[in-house]
Amino acid sequence: MQNRIDQCFTALRARNEKAFIAYICAGDPNLARTVDLALSLEKAGTDILELGLPFSDPLADGIVNQLAAQRALEAGATVQGVLDCVGQIRRVSQIPIVLYTYMNPIFQFGFERFHREASAAGVDGLLILDLPPEEDLAAQTETLLHIRLIAPTTPAERIEAICAKAAGFIYYVSREGVTGAQASVASSLAERVVEIRRFTNLPIAVGFGISNAEQVREVARSADAIVVGSAIVQRIFEERAAQDMPERIGAFVKALAAATKGKTNSA
Amino acid sequence: MTALQQLPDVHGHFGPYGGMFVPETLMSALDELAAEYDIAKNDPAFQNELGELLHNFAGRPTPLYFAERLTTNLGGAKIYLKREDLLHTGAHKINNALGQILLARRMGKTRIIAETGAGQHGVATATVAARFGCECIIYMGVVDMERQSLNVARMRFLGAKVVPVTAGQATLKEAINEAMRDWVTNVRTTHYILGSALGSHPYPMMVRDFHRVIGIEARRQILGREERLPDLLVACVGGGSNAIGLFHPFLDDASVRMIGVEAGGEGIRTGKHAARFQGGKLGVLQGTKTFLLANADGQIELTHSVSAGLDYAAIGPEHSYLRDAGRIEYDYATDDEALAAFRILAETEGIIPALETAHAVAHVIKIAPSMSSDKLIIVNCSGRGDKDVSQAATHFGF
Repeated sequence: MQNRIDQCFTALRARNEKAFIAYICAGDPNLARTVDLALSLEKAGTDILELGLPFSDPLADGIVNQLAAQRALEAGATVQGVLDCVGQIRRVSQIPIVLYTYMNPIFQFGFERFHREASAAGVDGLLILDLPPEEDLAAQTETLLHIRLIAPTTPAERIEAICAKAAGFIYYVSREGVTGAQASVASSLAERVVEIRRFTNLPIAVGFGISNAEQVREVARSADAIVVGSAIVQRIFEERAAQDMPERIGAFVKALAAATKGKTNSA
Repeated sequence: MTALQQLPDVHGHFGPYGGMFVPETLMSALDELAAEYDIAKNDPAFQNELGELLHNFAGRPTPLYFAERLTTNLGGAKIYLKREDLLHTGAHKINNALGQILLARRMGKTRIIAETGAGQHGVATATVAARFGCECIIYMGVVDMERQSLNVARMRFLGAKVVPVTAGQATLKEAINEAMRDWVTNVRTTHYILGSALGSHPYPMMVRDFHRVIGIEARRQILGREERLPDLLVACVGGGSNAIGLFHPFLDDASVRMIGVEAGGEGIRTGKHAARFQGGKLGVLQGTKTFLLANADGQIELTHSVSAGLDYAAIGPEHSYLRDAGRIEYDYATDDEALAAFRILAETEGIIPALETAHAVAHVIKIAPSMSSDKLIIVNCSGRGDKDVSQAATHFGF
């Protein structure tokens, strides 16, 4: 069976559309709300869900995501809890799910055991921020893809090596820095996407710093998928007390997701 | 050299430990650093400049001092102190800071960042940045800024900007997280002078190499004084830079026993400690795979030590390897034992050690009486205790 991520991009490409990827931190404000949020995000037009599996020391993350991880851990989020949460989402949704995390929680759970149980729960991809390809000894499997990151500082020969071991999509980190909303999109972005395309036919997702519909539209001109994280996470924090918080977040995301659809120039 | 001294491999692995577990944005900077270091270490011009600075600026070689009264009082083995506390800035940290600032200059990087726990590495980094006219930013947990306020003032006088870190338990680990976030953001202009034998490759290897001068000198000095090798080396281990610096040149000397002393805090059973080899497990933190303190879910545990420099959840990866290999033993000293040793060394030898160093001294106090008087111990007196005087005075009600 083809992975849900691959299926998603195949369908979008057939419609000449780009993917909208929403990031939220699992367990913030709690795991039950995460299930509601996931379904609300899907309804709002999210194509792929990126779920943060919280870690105590998220050194690639800016302050918004750090605080979300801290809240999630304080609210009792565990690795098993997050996998159970994915299982609950899977009962009612086929949205592709990528877990975004760091090495240590997976390592302590047991690397192979984690892959087995995450797959069984319905996770489609893994994005491990501090696991470069050099340290990743696991072979790509069809059921749980290891998504590779490329940064603005990654030289061409390294891009080639990374693409050779990539699956699902390439995650291009659109700026040098940690996660978090930014006022503008790096001007070199389109050129970098073109450079990466020389080495791979995989879809290219762009993330880190994208926070509004205008930026989403701009990035959608060159990339195949756009990731918005901190802006949504911040909104969840602000709306946390509202009974209908998941619907409110859905309304916020709807405009962002719509910016990836309709008429876009394919690269 | 034996296999033990030839590690790590090209990707920074010490057997199953070490490696490069960092975000992609840093990979090219780390590769560049490793490549530059590889060239520099074989470049006589680099080595001469570093040697000249270590001699005339930092004050090397440091004495190997026979602690006669301490030896007599303990009534056992002969105790020598390797006096790294006499170096400029007051600790061994300057050895590495000088090496790395020369590398930063070779790479054309003029903005310097560092983390600090006890403040000794921060002071050393601020010092070399001032000496070479570089912008300098030091990340430090607010808890450590409070207990090491003297060093905060020193860094500021040296022209460094000290950035308070409030996340988590606001000590060394959080300071490293913030320094790494800065580096990810400013990697093209910035060199990160990491202060211990920790983090991603090439740091554990490079920091070790810059501190090997401690062991190289000590080996020559003891052979000169006693015409034989020591029986035991003792050093405190936070990340483990002063320990690996002393131990590494002796690794092939099979008769030399080595003990690294971790921070036992309020006791292992209380859970309030930083002794990674007492209940720690294999994991990945801040760029490296090594022994660390984490819960069953992989979240990093809170640590505790009276000593800010040892108050850290992970140990340098080479220490994990050398422990497995049976070459180095590890033990711990509690806060109370370290504080007692702090006073004993002051009163018997006229030397006030850093609280980090006092952990090593505490172990010597435990072990020396059981050794015969023809045995030789070298303890690394890694830093001076001025920074800890007000904390200790409060503790003892002075």
